[in-house]
Amino acid sequence: MFLSSGFKTSLKKNLQLSNLIPQLLLIFIFIFIIYFFANNAQINMKARNMTSGFDFLGTNSGFDIQFSLVDYDGSSSYGRAYLVGLLNTLLVAFFGIFFATILGFIIGVSRLSTNWIINKLSLVYVELFRNLPLILQIFFWYFTVLRSLPSTEKSLIIFNFLIINLQGFYIPKFIFTNSHYIFYGIVFSLLTIILIKYYANKIFYEHAKVVPVFRISLFLIVLFPLVFSLIGGVTINIEYPKLIKNFGIFNYLGGIKLIPEFLALVFSLSLYTSAFIAENVRAGILAINKGQKEAAKSLGLNNSQSLNLIIIPQALRVIIPPTTNQYLNLTKNSSLAAAIGYPDLTGAFAGTALSQTGKAIEIIFIVMMTYLTISLLISLVLNWYNKKIALVER
Amino acid sequence: MKKIKINSFAILAFVVTFIFTTFNANANQTRENVIKRGSVNCGVSQGVPGFSNADASGKWAGIDVDFCRAVAAAILGDANKVKFTPLSAKDRFEVLKAGDIDVLARNTTWTLSRDGGLALDFIGTNFYDGQGFMVRKAANINSAKKLNNVKVCVETGTTTELNLRDYFKANKLQYEPVAFTKSDEAVAAYDSGRCDVYTTDKSGLAANRTKTKNPADHIILPETISKEPLGPVVRGNDENWANITRWTLNVMIEAEELGVTKANVDSLKSTDNPAIKRLLGLEGETGKNLSLGNEWSYNIIKQVGNYGESYEANVGPKTPVGLARGLNQLWTKGGILYSPPVR
Repeated sequence: MFLSSGFKTSLKKNLQLSNLIPQLLLIFIFIFIIYFFANNAQINMKARNMTSGFDFLGTNSGFDIQFSLVDYDGSSSYGRAYLVGLLNTLLVAFFGIFFATILGFIIGVSRLSTNWIINKLSLVYVELFRNLPLILQIFFWYFTVLRSLPSTEKSLIIFNFLIINLQGFYIPKFIFTNSHYIFYGIVFSLLTIILIKYYANKIFYEHAKVVPVFRISLFLIVLFPLVFSLIGGVTINIEYPKLIKNFGIFNYLGGIKLIPEFLALVFSLSLYTSAFIAENVRAGILAINKGQKEAAKSLGLNNSQSLNLIIIPQALRVIIPPTTNQYLNLTKNSSLAAAIGYPDLTGAFAGTALSQTGKAIEIIFIVMMTYLTISLLISLVLNWYNKKIALVER
Repeated sequence: MKKIKINSFAILAFVVTFIFTTFNANANQTRENVIKRGSVNCGVSQGVPGFSNADASGKWAGIDVDFCRAVAAAILGDANKVKFTPLSAKDRFEVLKAGDIDVLARNTTWTLSRDGGLALDFIGTNFYDGQGFMVRKAANINSAKKLNNVKVCVETGTTTELNLRDYFKANKLQYEPVAFTKSDEAVAAYDSGRCDVYTTDKSGLAANRTKTKNPADHIILPETISKEPLGPVVRGNDENWANITRWTLNVMIEAEELGVTKANVDSLKSTDNPAIKRLLGLEGETGKNLSLGNEWSYNIIKQVGNYGESYEANVGPKTPVGLARGLNQLWTKGGILYSPPVR
């Protein structure tokens, strides 16, 4: 090894050099193409007396947005309008992914059910939702289902809790005082759970006894925040939506309002994507050799142990990579919001702000970079998770 | 290695050819392009009755459509040589800037920031309008001052959206905007009950009321909350094209003022009135100044008609839109329509 090291490094260097030249050339050409397009755009803009730059982000937008997670009105800046759009996109993506995952798992498992009805129903579900164009499903929910709800004065009121009408769904808003104590409680319970998990592992390996960590955790995560709330004097005020009448116009004020555009988008995105996730789940479970289950049984594991310790960890390895794709698709598909007037990144920023400022190149650039960043972050998190549960080869 | 070299060379050659090709849209060549193409590409709305609306057979009609036809008549001698491109409010300026259309006649409000900031030229006003509100009769509201805690359907990317906010802010009233890309969607949403109020220019309110399920159920509130001079737009880098379109509109207005109509334009060719003679290109060099043939203004009036004829046929009191002339009457008859002298 010592002797041949000189020869090896020179060979390595040669190999690296000959590999480097075409690669450098490619990078150079790539940079040149980018420069060329940027320059060409600049020339064209100058020829049309258009100004470029990102200064507009600091100026007043002048338009209102109907649905926003942060304070925003027409006197806010375009930069703020961007934030509103971004948060609205993330909100839809979050709830879409959440419901799509739950539904996808349920339907995926049902597809393998031995019960004929459940099996066939989930088959119909999958084939229906994944084969209809998404935009049609959005239109179906928005124009057909949500538009046929009763008007405000004739709202459906369910258990005095959920109010449903054509202008949206309303639920009471819980307003906590001293809410930071709840947060402390959650942090404390999480720390305790980590500790318990550590000792549970120790007990498992030293005494071969199983500690029901999950049940204890579930109990603690409820208990500690409750105890902390009592100590901190947390009170809950419930703000109910109130029906206001202004001449012949009725309106609910207060509470939490979910606008129809948001609901239609979350419904359609989660149903559409869940059909694909269901197929991933089915594939994942079918990929596990029957012998694995039999081996688990012969080791004396019960049904839930064999599912939790043997089947699911292996199935997840098959399920996660294609499901990452589905999460990315869902996030990108959420830009169809513009078609029904939900103020997301595409609708509010690449739509309204673009046409009010005329800064097409700048805004499209910002929006593209934002979607790219969101997608890369989702991939990053799921790749990390996938690596964590991957087969460790020894 | 050899293979890589060949590939790199091919890429390099590709890039080099790219550098020597510029995509710069031809400035100052719109007229030449139109003549070469044999048709005018005109951006219109996706359907505002009276302004630009296609019937079941795909035939476009409206005062904006008439303007496009007049431009085609002036430059190509045939008012039918127009290709219409329906555009949303959101996309209209980008499509114009990109050169996909030659002129945008899409009830577009003339503002400083659009004229200056977007590098566009507004060539005049073919309809003086103002923003208003439409509500259901059942709402029992007779004034815009009484609108509070309401949901308002509006088309996005418009001055309407900005005026809406100004109005509610100034009057300390609460509202929620529900913004749509297409005016059809905004109207349908309002009609279904998603919104309590629909807002756009008053001409648009009158036009779109005809699209609701039961037009008699809706009223237009009396207040006008903004000035909306609607007019055609062209790119800001083509002086000659701006002049051609500007004077096409002016000729239509001037023709009405001088009493020249589709019907009498032929007989007026033998008139002694010097103003009419200049208007019809029988005297002076109006065509030459615009790099057009001398028949240009005659063709506009003969094939499309004067402004008043276009107004009465499309949005006048006898049409479903039913708008009185109001501000859009000639200056000699109490309105503010005024063409600079065609001479």
